Amino acid sequence: MVVVVDYGMGNLRSILYKLSKFKLEAIASSSPADIRRADKLILPGVGHFAKGMENLRKFGLLEILNERVLGDKIPILGICLGVQLFTKHSEEGDVAGLGWVDAATRRFSFPEGMQQLRIPHIGWNTVKLRRPSRFWPEFPPEKRFYFVHSYHISCSDPRDVVGVSDYGCEFVSILEKGNIFGTQFHPEKSHRDGFAVLSHFVRS
Amino acid sequence: MSNETIGRARIIPALLLKGQGLVKGVRFKRHTYVGDPINAVKIFNDKEVDELIFLDISASREGRKVPLSLVEKIADECFMPFAVGGGIRNVNDVRELISAGAEKVVINTAAIETPELITEASSIFGSQSIIVSIDVKTTWLGKKRVYSLSGRKKTSLDPVDWARKAEKLGAGELFVNSIDRDGSMSGYDLELLKALSGAVNIPVIACGGAGKIEDLSDVIHKGGVAAAAAGSFFVFHGRRRAVLINFPTKSEIEDICRGKLKPPGKEEEAP
Repeated sequence: MVVVVDYGMGNLRSILYKLSKFKLEAIASSSPADIRRADKLILPGVGHFAKGMENLRKFGLLEILNERVLGDKIPILGICLGVQLFTKHSEEGDVAGLGWVDAATRRFSFPEGMQQLRIPHIGWNTVKLRRPSRFWPEFPPEKRFYFVHSYHISCSDPRDVVGVSDYGCEFVSILEKGNIFGTQFHPEKSHRDGFAVLSHFVRS
Repeated sequence: MSNETIGRARIIPALLLKGQGLVKGVRFKRHTYVGDPINAVKIFNDKEVDELIFLDISASREGRKVPLSLVEKIADECFMPFAVGGGIRNVNDVRELISAGAEKVVINTAAIETPELITEASSIFGSQSIIVSIDVKTTWLGKKRVYSLSGRKKTSLDPVDWARKAEKLGAGELFVNSIDRDGSMSGYDLELLKALSGAVNIPVIACGGAGKIEDLSDVIHKGGVAAAAAGSFFVFHGRRRAVLINFPTKSEIEDICRGKLKPPGKEEEAP
């Protein structure tokens, strides 16, 4: 069973509907009992980082998530804010994250003298592959996905980086460390290539 | 266009709703039923369009909102971001549409009547989710003026002044529709669009008049807009305006964006 973690950060309906195409059991839930029964987890999310962490705490999900992801090592897919929460710290609210990956969430900032791009980064952008993913070994080299974000991930360990994109600076658009996987873009809004990301994750 | 240098110009189908059905008209009138919106979404999924815009053309006039259940169904099926407009009066209307799954909302009449709504909505939801739509018509004196209520009500606003003001108020994008060209398939109003896109730093989405693929290229390269939207061109096929959803192929889109197009004359086979 795939559990889409509902912690009050955005609309899960669109993701659930897309998962329903895979003919597998997928539910949205904020119950630790459901998360305990899950084979795979998806942590979506739109909104403020600090609020996201606060909600995980408020919903009583920190312990069970740590147990399932770090202890049982079940696959988890973080999307947008969800993957950022995997990092150790965010500049958005200056708070600690789940700390599962040696990485930080930073605000886009462009060096002086360079073009000052609009924040948030919103729209279709290309992902360049750094290494194959365990969920999608034959990931095509350059594909377009849909992004909406003002903060981005920087990894300390380059081995955790599967894909990067460019927006004034290079940032991590696909992160993977063992069973922990995440995309800065929205696969559920990114046509067939986004659908393929979801499909490879749930079927792997 | 300074903010749009990353990524390429967008090509956007602008689909008109009247309640639950899709319609299309000419010069904002004579709307005929062209099909089911969910079916259209499925076809545009296959075509991998950048985004979709849905506008309920009778919502404001009838004092109602876009049916939320329909927006939710669109969000389920849509494999791309989409915007919804029609009948938005206040921040709560914006919230409902965004929580139903729309990425962006399009505000027209209420932006003119209560401009502070733009500021309020963009401060809550981010300016990237607020599109101000500007309907422009040429008066009998030859002046261009902004119209509200789906082209029914003339205002005293000059399009360029209003565009600048909308940007200042917090609009993230402008959707500019030429009523004169709407449904005419005779080409975009390049003069108007050039003036507008030159006046603001936010992306301008051009609409009204696309009839051939060269028009899309012209409005991007000569009009300087960030995105070319079209209704009839993507919905009708051939001289007799048979309803057939079609969209440029990937290589045609690349040619449009690069400003290189094959000589016209070859009509594409329907899929």
